[in-house]
Amino acid sequence: MNAVWPHLPILQVILPLFGGFCAAFLRNGRAAFALALAVCCILPIISGAMLWQVLTTGPLSYHLGGWEPPWGIEYRIDLLNGFVLLLVSLICAVTIPAAGRAIAFELEESKQARFYCLFLTCIAGLLGIAITGDAFNAFVFLEISSLSTYVLIALGPDRRALLAAYRYLIVGTVGATFYVIGVGLLYLLTGTLNMADLSARLGTAWGDHSRAIIAALGFITVGIGLKLALFPLHAWLPNAYTYAPSWVTVFLSATATKVALYLLIRFYFSVFGVAIELEPLPLASFIIALSIAAMLIGSVLAIFELNLKRMLAYSSVAQIGYITLGIGLQNQAGVTGGLIHLVNHGLMKAALFLAAAAIFLRVRSVRIADLAGIGRKMPWTMAAFSVAGFALIGTPGTSGFISKWYLVLGAIEKGWWLVVFLIVGSSLIALVYVGRVLEMAWLREPAAGLIEATDPPMSMLLPLLLLSGATVYLGFDTRLTVGIAAKAAQALLAGMR
Amino acid sequence: MQFLETFVTHYNFMITIFLMVAGLYIVVARGNLVKKLVGLAIFQTSVYLLYIEPGKILGGTAPILDPSFTLYSNPLPHVLILTAIVVGVATMAVGLALVVRINEAFGTVEEDEIIERDSGA
Repeated sequence: MNAVWPHLPILQVILPLFGGFCAAFLRNGRAAFALALAVCCILPIISGAMLWQVLTTGPLSYHLGGWEPPWGIEYRIDLLNGFVLLLVSLICAVTIPAAGRAIAFELEESKQARFYCLFLTCIAGLLGIAITGDAFNAFVFLEISSLSTYVLIALGPDRRALLAAYRYLIVGTVGATFYVIGVGLLYLLTGTLNMADLSARLGTAWGDHSRAIIAALGFITVGIGLKLALFPLHAWLPNAYTYAPSWVTVFLSATATKVALYLLIRFYFSVFGVAIELEPLPLASFIIALSIAAMLIGSVLAIFELNLKRMLAYSSVAQIGYITLGIGLQNQAGVTGGLIHLVNHGLMKAALFLAAAAIFLRVRSVRIADLAGIGRKMPWTMAAFSVAGFALIGTPGTSGFISKWYLVLGAIEKGWWLVVFLIVGSSLIALVYVGRVLEMAWLREPAAGLIEATDPPMSMLLPLLLLSGATVYLGFDTRLTVGIAAKAAQALLAGMR
Repeated sequence: MQFLETFVTHYNFMITIFLMVAGLYIVVARGNLVKKLVGLAIFQTSVYLLYIEPGKILGGTAPILDPSFTLYSNPLPHVLILTAIVVGVATMAVGLALVVRINEAFGTVEEDEIIERDSGA
């Protein structure tokens, strides 16, 4: 055990990467599933152990190949990314049992083993982005996760999945290239790629090269913004989420955008925030304006959507707006709210998309019109959907309320009553689109097509209940989320000038 | 005059910017899925130039420790871009594979025709 302990950070990335490599040689879907299951069960243990170490002894620093930073690549884990790593690995561990059934149902036998290979590679990339302290290394992991994501989306049963994947490939590559241009500019100015070293050196470069630094900030914002679907750069997201295999949507909605959000937070607060004064730049008001537009327009588009998965995808655009709003507020309550919502939204959206996957398994349709009376046929599934739906609205007693509460507090602290009003207003719009599905599911007579529909098998139902249970639990016991998020926000803001 | 001077002394950056903008324009303006990928490749290549050009020092040699040399070029950008090239090749492979599959599924690689056939189906 003592031999493994200091190498936990690299194991977190190597394990899924090597698992993906091994899965590439398997032909049997069930064997590949067992491999993915084993890897996904170990990941949260590693990230939990690392987070515990961070909480007790402070940030971890792991030097790859023994090269000292800033020359070598450094993996650096503090509260913020320890928290994100735990979220990503926990979501994988909880939802992977459902993959066995959903993937066997939706993909041909020959593609199943390949699916797990891509899935494990994608996790390796996502965990890599979250763990690394090197700006260029983050780009490489970004591309590892993105390339596997494109193929995962293209596996969808509909031929439109191919087009959605192609469009995401174009947008995603442009985004990643923008990011690498920004990092390149920073490298030309400072000669370093280590994030901590970058922020230290940017401070001295600011006076003479402020225009270049602002250009780099712009490139990185747009690049990561494309990846996390910041409004109006969200156009790829609804189609990608709708046409991807159901389980892939669960996985992507809960992890991929969250990790991109983490990267944005890392650059704003730990790299640029420490080095330069962001206050005089109109960056915060720019982000807040886009966030509010996302919250309102995403929610309104969700109301008029006929497809359940696409409705949830537009709702994701809106919910990402809440998180970026927290980043834009730049005060203790606001950033805490953004970070809590990052976790809470990951959990509730995973529950909602998992319910959609269960519905697709039984009904073979996710059109809202086909779901009349489904609550009586699939009571447990729809109960979990309803609970997560209420969390999406932000009803008191669910986790969504806690995050919105902190965001409202942050806005009040700034004295921006209009923003407070808009946060509450967009929650009311969420009530309309969630309520529309709930009314269809619970209050109508069951449709003829639903006669044989029953709750999904345990492997799917249990993760679903666990996730929706978590949204309620985190609405009452906020020690874990608020405790860590508040400390992480404090650390982020303390470093800022 | 000032502008012209900057233009001439920094001509290498001007080439980079030209390639960058041209590539991005092709991605946005062309409806053919293969041509979009060509634009994407040009766009990515411009970034290789952005990194590599400043790494070269006039008169500098490869960074091999030897008493007869004192001036070295920076090797790090080359290493970084080697990685970026691999990423670019992989992206192009996935992109072209997707275009092949789109062509099989829709019977065309023109974006407007795909949208037309999609709404019909």
